[in-house]
Amino acid sequence: MSLATPLATLGRTVLSALALIGRVALFALSTVTHLVRPPFYGREFLHALVQIGWLSLPVVGLTALFTGGALALQIYAGGSRFNAESVVPSIVAIGMARELGPVLGGLMVAARVASSIAAEIGTMKVTEQIDALVTLSTHPMKYLTLPRVLAATLAVPVLVAVGDSIGIMGGYLVGITRLEFNAAAYLKNTADFLELWDVVSGLIKGAVFGFIVATMGCFHGMHSGRGAQGVGRATKSAVVAASVLILAANYILTELFFSA
Amino acid sequence: MIELQDIHKAFGSNKVLQGVTLSIPRGSSLVIIGGSGTGKSVALKCILGLIEPDSGTITVDGADVHQGDRDAFLARFGMLFQGGALFDSLPVWQNVAFRLLRGALKRPKAEAREIAIEKLRRVGLKPETADLFPAELSGGMQKRVGLARAIAADPEIIFFDEPTTGLDPIMAGVINDLIREIVTEMGATAMTITHDMTSVRAIADEVAMLHDGVIKWTGPVAEMDNSGDPYLDQFIHGRATGPIEAVR
Repeated sequence: MSLATPLATLGRTVLSALALIGRVALFALSTVTHLVRPPFYGREFLHALVQIGWLSLPVVGLTALFTGGALALQIYAGGSRFNAESVVPSIVAIGMARELGPVLGGLMVAARVASSIAAEIGTMKVTEQIDALVTLSTHPMKYLTLPRVLAATLAVPVLVAVGDSIGIMGGYLVGITRLEFNAAAYLKNTADFLELWDVVSGLIKGAVFGFIVATMGCFHGMHSGRGAQGVGRATKSAVVAASVLILAANYILTELFFSA
Repeated sequence: MIELQDIHKAFGSNKVLQGVTLSIPRGSSLVIIGGSGTGKSVALKCILGLIEPDSGTITVDGADVHQGDRDAFLARFGMLFQGGALFDSLPVWQNVAFRLLRGALKRPKAEAREIAIEKLRRVGLKPETADLFPAELSGGMQKRVGLARAIAADPEIIFFDEPTTGLDPIMAGVINDLIREIVTEMGATAMTITHDMTSVRAIADEVAMLHDGVIKWTGPVAEMDNSGDPYLDQFIHGRATGPIEAVR
């Protein structure tokens, strides 16, 4: 009896986790299949593009700027132990493009967008707006989920590209003002060592992270519980799930792209 | 004709519908009454396909509601939700004309707006209301916008879920009169869920009493007061004692 109870609890938890993974996978698959089946709601897509992409620019830009600056200071401090201060421009550029740009950009978008999508759709669910959509012959996956997921998948790589540039600029500003780098040499070092694949791999990561963020926001919103507490829980779950999945996906993608 | 045959629906161990059998003749107005949590909304959502029953059949004009072209099926319906269920992000006229702006019933934008304003006028709202957002409206106005949306595409069948809940008696009277007028004028089949006995008397041709997951009584509204059914009697007179337990 005393052994069976924890085992039963463990079994239930594992089964429940597997069921959740299955539901999320089916939800994501359903979203993708709606991409190839009309109708498409262009206005909803454009609205989502503005909300997710354009309005996330300030937060992603500021995050990248400060991260690039801090990265330059850290690399300089670390590099000085090996007389390798000159690697600051190249490491800042590679670090921003491959890792920090997409990951921090993805996490900031997760905080801003996954929460907002989950809260909006969750509120729509508890106020019967989703049921109303169905009675008005409009598929909620097509009208609510697909435009948001598509917009996030396309917008986050652009945000990552902008974040990379601003982050590298942050490193450059710190390099020439605080670390006494020559401005032209800093830029030349950055350009010489940064490869196209460094940037492209980061953009691919951005697309995957965008998909994760919007899918988690929509999934948790659509499965929101009743009342304010249900919506609050859905919002929290969306942000936590999106953040953890971004970090997990980042590791997997890094393995795929860069492991020898 | 809408027909429900032996509909069962449970949520976990909670058996909400336990064999609901009901028919609504074309062009008539049926009101389902019953206590809170007795499954009235579940029955209505089963007909619309928003909830799938565990067993039983639901047909509209002989066709199973879970088969055939879903869009064409839903295009025959209009629905007024309890809280209005207006889309916050859209102005009032786009809420009303939602069905006319997309899908099979799509019209040019100007025409859809014109129809929306006409429907708003029909439910007693001024054209200026058209460009407001739902958050800017009072509860009564939201209900009327919901009603305008329900009738925007001239549906054959209209469902009303608690149309007067949360409204003052005067506004409730206005909504009741509107529903009666619209149903009569459009010749639509109507199904209403309510606790409000004033609404029942104003809207209904037929009344069905749902309790413990089954229809306890059904008949013309004129016979409701002399039905001899103890459940219906207790409900319409609002008595605390009787076969319906006050604590549920």
